[in-house]
Amino acid sequence: MGELKNTAASSSARVVRLFVYGLIGLIGIGLFLAPMLFPDIRSQEVAARICIFIVLVASYDLLIGYTGIVSFAHTMFFGIGAYGTAIALKQMGPGWDAILVGGSAGLAVSFVLAALVGLLSLRVKAIFFAMVTLAAASVMAVMASQFSDFTGGEDGIIYKTPRLFSSATKLLTDENGKVLRIFGVKANGKTAAYYFVFFGSLVLYFVMLRIVASPLGTVLKAIRENEMRAEALGYKVVLYRTAIFCIAAVIAACAGILRAIWLKYTGPETTLSFAIMIDILLMVVIGGMGTLYGAIIGATLMSLGQFYLKDLMQAASEATAGLPLIPDLLDPDRWLLWLGLVFVLLVYFFPAGIVGTLTRKEANA
Amino acid sequence: MNLIATQIERFGGINLLPVLLAVVALVLIGVPSTWLTLTVAGLAMGMMIFLMASGLSLVFGLMDVLNFGHSAFISFGAFIAASVLAALGSWVGADNILLNIAALFAAISAATLFGLVAGWFFERVIIKPVYRDHLRQILITMGALIVAEQIILAIWGGSPISVPRPNFLSGSIILGDVSIEIYRLFAFGLGLVVFLGLYAVLNRTRIGLLVRAGVENREMVEALGFRIDRLFIGVFMLGSALAAMGGAMWAGYETLITAAIGSEMMIIVFIVIIIGGLGSIEGTLLGALMVGLMGNYVAFLAPKMALASNMLLMMAILLWRPYGLRPAVK
Repeated sequence: MGELKNTAASSSARVVRLFVYGLIGLIGIGLFLAPMLFPDIRSQEVAARICIFIVLVASYDLLIGYTGIVSFAHTMFFGIGAYGTAIALKQMGPGWDAILVGGSAGLAVSFVLAALVGLLSLRVKAIFFAMVTLAAASVMAVMASQFSDFTGGEDGIIYKTPRLFSSATKLLTDENGKVLRIFGVKANGKTAAYYFVFFGSLVLYFVMLRIVASPLGTVLKAIRENEMRAEALGYKVVLYRTAIFCIAAVIAACAGILRAIWLKYTGPETTLSFAIMIDILLMVVIGGMGTLYGAIIGATLMSLGQFYLKDLMQAASEATAGLPLIPDLLDPDRWLLWLGLVFVLLVYFFPAGIVGTLTRKEANA
Repeated sequence: MNLIATQIERFGGINLLPVLLAVVALVLIGVPSTWLTLTVAGLAMGMMIFLMASGLSLVFGLMDVLNFGHSAFISFGAFIAASVLAALGSWVGADNILLNIAALFAAISAATLFGLVAGWFFERVIIKPVYRDHLRQILITMGALIVAEQIILAIWGGSPISVPRPNFLSGSIILGDVSIEIYRLFAFGLGLVVFLGLYAVLNRTRIGLLVRAGVENREMVEALGFRIDRLFIGVFMLGSALAAMGGAMWAGYETLITAAIGSEMMIIVFIVIIIGGLGSIEGTLLGALMVGLMGNYVAFLAPKMALASNMLLMMAILLWRPYGLRPAVK
């Protein structure tokens, strides 16, 4: 009897697994073909945002899901990468050298800061670390808005990117000298920029998959499961934690560089604000902590959700206009309220997230 | 060298740090009257921060629960006090000092009462299901904080609200060429009373004994047959009420509040309890005074560095003592 049940369960688990992988493949193909499938500008913005956030969320998952470190400073590193690139592009003019200089400066600063914060506070309780990073991130945000000579303050910085990425650039032309269309996609600079973001994110994502599968990833999981035992086996827990914190910080800074190049604008709202940290948290929890595939699903669902939830709430708010307080609660500006509720409920009932919950069934079977 | 160390220890050891800070600031500022004004402001600010931070520190010490949603109580306290003061506008503006005090008392007690009730609700609904699971605690209380902040935005709107100060607390006392705002003295006094009250309860009563024992070693106290979880609800409610009271006081201090007040204060509260060490109100007071003084001095000397200076202070103290100045738990 038991065996029969087992085969039934494992075959249904296989279906679930196929479904998850199918969904991820679908998202991947969708993002790859995004310029052809969704040619309008707004959808392209969303697609690029999804690419960048997949990297950002996956790198955060290296910390929270794989190692069990709660950090609130992830937007800080994201912002440092973006601001480094942005300031260099502004000061040195649009060119690849500026991206190289600014980007590597951003990466270096992120690395040093992460190492400092890590060595300083990863020795003590996880909860201390959460508080220290929260404080560090908010101080960084305040400083960015105060040193406005460099950072543009609250307004941020607008700059030009290399000519290749400008929408007016024609990569390929047909015999009439117009921009060539391949399957309806204009071969112009905008498309080049999108594929720069897409392949950049793809490479970073594969790097993270490699890290997770490496011996380092195994040690990190061991630390998450039982810190004392890992220490007793001879692994220096503090060093490993600091190392992964630095790696995650550098990857987040890379994502920041991509964001800066794509948006041609960098400001507190797009990189440093706490709202982005909340987005990352929500995406990690929705997708599932401790699985990099979760990042793909979480980032995609959230980005699409943010997009359409507001429209939905607008309609609901208008429909209930006569009632007291309810229209205020349903106002599109209050969308974070509902996301927050969803977040709390998810942490209660599905702490493993979508991917985690689906794949855990498989483990139980 | 050893002799000096013992002498310092005799005069209060690390408790002297705020004094040291004040002396260094006096040298740097150079003008005694300015320094005195800043010091009074710093002490008043420190006491208000102490009100907000003490509950969080105790709750963590007792139950190993860190409530990232603590700042929601601060904001709600501030907004409720502002609403009550606005509703009692005629009392607040009256020349009659009794009516003034009645309005102030009503505002602060409304905020505190709300803190008690909301603390009970928060503990039961949000925190109880995730005892002993730090990761989910952080996530859930963070989610609750987002929801609370949005509710405030929905009820009171996004634009800043001005808070009327009762008549007898506005204006300042002039001593020579030093002017001291009366409200600051009042805030300092209230904070001091609360600290002394907490100190007395913790050190002179049976419940206080249990709380301190629970902070030290919860399992042992439970093994002796005491219900720590019931005690914990009480401490949590008290902590929330104090946070709301601190928020109410802060609203009167700032006189213009927005929904972001909670998250702004939260950073400072975290820095304070990290500096002070988790679980002890003496440590929290020490941290709060240092952060208050530091904030005011630096705001005068180098305005752009005000928040960063507290961060640097925290870093320095963590390097020196990784668990804070006077931790009750490690």
